[in-house]
Amino acid sequence: MSSNVTPTSKPVKTTGLHVGEAAPGCRKVDPILIADNVRRTFGGLTAVDVAHVEVPRGAITALIGPNGAGKTTLFNLLTGFDKPDSGKWEFDGRSLAHVPAYRVARMGLIRTFQLTKSLALLTVLDNMKLGAKGQIGENLFRSFLPFLWRKQDDEIEAKALEILARFKLDTKKDDYAASLSGGQRKLLEMARALMSDPTLVMLDEPMAGVNPALTQSLLDHVLDLKSQGMTVLFVEHDMHMVRHIADWVIVMAEGKIVAEGDPHLVMQDPAVIDAYLGAHHDADIGTTDTEHVEVLKELIDDEQ
Amino acid sequence: MIDWIQIFSNAAQELISPTTAAYALAALGLAIHFGYTGLLNFGQAGFMALGAYGYAISILSFGFPVWGAVLIGIAASVVFALILGIPTLRLRADYLAIVTIAAAEILRLTFTTNTFADITGSASGLQGYKGGFADLNPIPSGTYGFGPFTYNAYDWWIRIVGWGLVVLLALVTWLIMRSPWGRVIKGIREDEDAVRALGKNVYSYKMQSLILGGVYGTLGGMIFILPRSVVPANYQTSLTFFVYAILLLGGAATILGPVIGSVIFWVLLSFFSGFVARAVEAGWLPFMSQVQAGQLRFILVGIAIMLIVIFRPQGIFGNKKELAFVK
Repeated sequence: MSSNVTPTSKPVKTTGLHVGEAAPGCRKVDPILIADNVRRTFGGLTAVDVAHVEVPRGAITALIGPNGAGKTTLFNLLTGFDKPDSGKWEFDGRSLAHVPAYRVARMGLIRTFQLTKSLALLTVLDNMKLGAKGQIGENLFRSFLPFLWRKQDDEIEAKALEILARFKLDTKKDDYAASLSGGQRKLLEMARALMSDPTLVMLDEPMAGVNPALTQSLLDHVLDLKSQGMTVLFVEHDMHMVRHIADWVIVMAEGKIVAEGDPHLVMQDPAVIDAYLGAHHDADIGTTDTEHVEVLKELIDDEQ
Repeated sequence: MIDWIQIFSNAAQELISPTTAAYALAALGLAIHFGYTGLLNFGQAGFMALGAYGYAISILSFGFPVWGAVLIGIAASVVFALILGIPTLRLRADYLAIVTIAAAEILRLTFTTNTFADITGSASGLQGYKGGFADLNPIPSGTYGFGPFTYNAYDWWIRIVGWGLVVLLALVTWLIMRSPWGRVIKGIREDEDAVRALGKNVYSYKMQSLILGGVYGTLGGMIFILPRSVVPANYQTSLTFFVYAILLLGGAATILGPVIGSVIFWVLLSFFSGFVARAVEAGWLPFMSQVQAGQLRFILVGIAIMLIVIFRPQGIFGNKKELAFVK
């Protein structure tokens, strides 16, 4: 885990997001994404069973939970990459039930993947340009008439170069995405997501496998998204990152939302400790799950 | 003594033969499927058969004009692509491979069966459909050309139309692959979920690619039958594999690759078959009969292709840089 990495400036936290008490499924002042009774089973295993959850607009929300809690499955369900057995969910007041993934993306809900999906044998610039919405030249019958789409394509290229410069990838623009390092690919994927001017960006483990030197810049970029008015929902295991940049934390365990709240307060919720260490963590069962103990130690350290 | 002049002149004829053009068209279609979109279409022989039979049957059984017959062939291949694509393009790439190889065989066996002999001519096939095409020939009758490239007016007409079509479709392919449409298509080859997450209707793009490449194969199938007759045995799975061999030879995601690949493939094939046949005649290969010699050329072509794939796996026109990142 990358420790001692802090954003360059102390991020400004957004507060007052919820109505009433911070509890699992509590109402938000201005929710952008609402899910009700979303259920997904794989055979006998219930991967996701979310009664109600709301994601606040204009804030950075972290979705945390131990491995196998159903975070990525929930991501897939919300973005149309997987179909739930039942439930309804809406984005910006529009129902997302039975909407295919590409339409969800066109509505302004863009996601990234846990295992980075950079398009290896396309150049970095082509990766970026692919992200833009509503391209005239993407229609087969217009594609072989360059005069129809050239002007728009130039505008898209200018925008792509501007975003690439912000992510410090502009010098790589003509290289294949395959030649980038793992961390640079994460940056590229995030940069590409911005090409469509999304309203909600969903990042699936943006820090996984990124070396600490790049973590810094990734954190700043996530904070940047918020300052540009976008809503961010991200899955992360790095508790430091969650604490530093998240305005709101949703904790999942065994497919359910078990806790919600301010990042500093939610960590003290007994439900969260149970989720990570098991409900019977104080009973001696002989062996110890070292990774989870470490997470808890970090939490305690951070609080002091 | 071996007649080297004859062997080389026969091989040189393949440079501009209509068969070479037909294979180039089919390989260009496969470049769109496999090289650019990543679709594993193993049924290109089926698309070619639809072109051949669509054209011949429209003229022989229904008395269509040439343009009508061409349109019928194209329409048949669009329908064929839809039937293949609708159930399989939502699935992983390998499902399409299995379905296309089976569908192309179903087509060939349907054309071979005696049940439809009145229309398809069964195993002996169809001929006598060339009149309309020959009537369109603006070249006055006579013999033209020089050296090995001396043909009559009809033979020149086929070559001009065939290679004209190759140039036209190569240009079209070049134009669409450098457009935003081509960018989406190449993105799908790399990772279709990523492209889907960027708001592109991947299913529709894969269908467009399957139809477009299939139509190229169909047009190739029409050129293929102009210098010969329609025989169902020509449309076996091995035809698809020859087209794949041409594609890999030239470079899968290139425009010139399939065209030059087809030329090299046919020149080599003709050279080997001429050389082996005459070497057997001359008694250079005493352990081999004439019949065996006929098969040896495919073995030699196979070896040549293996050497290319081993020592130049990106093909002749492929980008060496791409290979550095192949998983």
